[in-house]
Amino acid sequence: MSVTKSKKSLHKRHDDLAQANKQLEILSGGIFADGELPTFAKKIKETNQFPLRPKKLEILQINVGYMCNQVCEHCHVDAGPDRKEIMTWETMEQCLEVIKNTGAHTLDLTGGAPEMNPHFRRFVEEASKAGIKDFIVRSNLTIIRANKKYYDLPDFFKKHNVHVVSSMPHWTRGKTDKQRGEGVFDLSIKALQELNERGYGMPDSDLRLDLVYNPNGAYLPSDQAGMEKDFKKALMEDFGIQFHNLFAITNLPIARFLDYLIASENYEDYMYQLVDAYNPAAVANVMCTNTISISWDGWLYDCDFNQMLDLKVNSKVKHISDYNEDLLNDRDIIISQHCYGCTAGAGSSCQGTVA
Amino acid sequence: MANNYYDPADLRKFGKITEWSEELGTKFFDYYGKVFEEGALTAREKALIALAVAHTEQCPYCIDAYTKDNLQRGVTKKQMMEAIHVGAAIKSGATLVHGTMMMNKVNKLEM
Ligand code: SF4
Ligand code: SF4
Repeated sequence: MSVTKSKKSLHKRHDDLAQANKQLEILSGGIFADGELPTFAKKIKETNQFPLRPKKLEILQINVGYMCNQVCEHCHVDAGPDRKEIMTWETMEQCLEVIKNTGAHTLDLTGGAPEMNPHFRRFVEEASKAGIKDFIVRSNLTIIRANKKYYDLPDFFKKHNVHVVSSMPHWTRGKTDKQRGEGVFDLSIKALQELNERGYGMPDSDLRLDLVYNPNGAYLPSDQAGMEKDFKKALMEDFGIQFHNLFAITNLPIARFLDYLIASENYEDYMYQLVDAYNPAAVANVMCTNTISISWDGWLYDCDFNQMLDLKVNSKVKHISDYNEDLLNDRDIIISQHCYGCTAGAGSSCQGTVA
Repeated sequence: MANNYYDPADLRKFGKITEWSEELGTKFFDYYGKVFEEGALTAREKALIALAVAHTEQCPYCIDAYTKDNLQRGVTKKQMMEAIHVGAAIKSGATLVHGTMMMNKVNKLEM
């Protein structure tokens, strides 16, 4: 069902769903309150996986701000040009201290469009000195072509050996533009070609280029491997583009995607799909078990989704200024019904399938 | 009893048919699951065949389920519509080819 699209974030529109507590109310109400569907807590209790606890910390994910050049319909961040939440240099310095001392092997910068943070480059330069094994930047591709000042990003990424992970909803123009906005497909193709030219995504290259696929509506992704084959074939044949891996990621019922589900009357059916596809084997590897998510203002969360729902970590250490990895790792993870999005089918995390 | 013969919510109850005849129901779902596994045909090819047959059978539940299944597999609208045309072509061809029966009969009966 098509719903009216807006070029403004829910925040800018002062929509009720911009508030985390409203979203949490919806996720705990209705079909979950009247017992038609089991809550996530109840479900993971069946296999004695409650409370959910972290394993070894592997990934530090830092959200450097909610500003973005795009306003994708499915965005769980509710990002857009009108979002002003941007990480300050002061907070970045606190993050750098943590990065220098962390046991995590992966640093994952996200947003919004992280490149729009005015301190982005300085931060990448400093962070790349810390000797982190895998340094990911989640780039939406169009930012690279959005403005002249970003044209050199592929060279900048290469210089700092950044691992680029980019969203590409489909290999067809129509599906891509429908989800992410008019013209996004062509700009993304151009950006991918630029990255390929620098060696990104080439078969034997160390310059990693992975793509993220989110379904373009109220259905789940299936068959990550099959989808990767299709993407590779189509992008190669049509545009000569190469990349390494495709991650198929389930859309979680949060922020704009939740808004879309409700407006298109797909919410209940989608939650049924998620619960039906629940895979207990995926629980052990959900993202929050090896990740800490840091918000633009330095608060700590179990994952980027909990960040958007303002569910801060259940620990004495709640802010980057008090960061203590051992204390932090000894915590129960906060869950709600959106978590079903991480355990559907083969599971889903920012690294794609988990089971 | 609902007011409609078909209710989308009934699709979710499909699994429950096993409750009233466990052995047969279980055998059916085992068979069904096996059929759609990756084999000499890919799971995706099977999903497209299922979509075409869902239309020739005009089963709303199957159309609902296999449209979603195809979307999940990244099948495009164009591919789905082409599959349905295959079903429609066979369906109309099957109707029309029986015209030869009619012709045979007419030829036999007419002087
Ligand atoms: S999904 Fe990504 S690119 Fe799209 S609005 Fe959200 S942060 Fe920006
Ligand atoms: S939504 Fe976050 S907290 Fe919930 S299972 Fe997924 S990663 Fe863990």
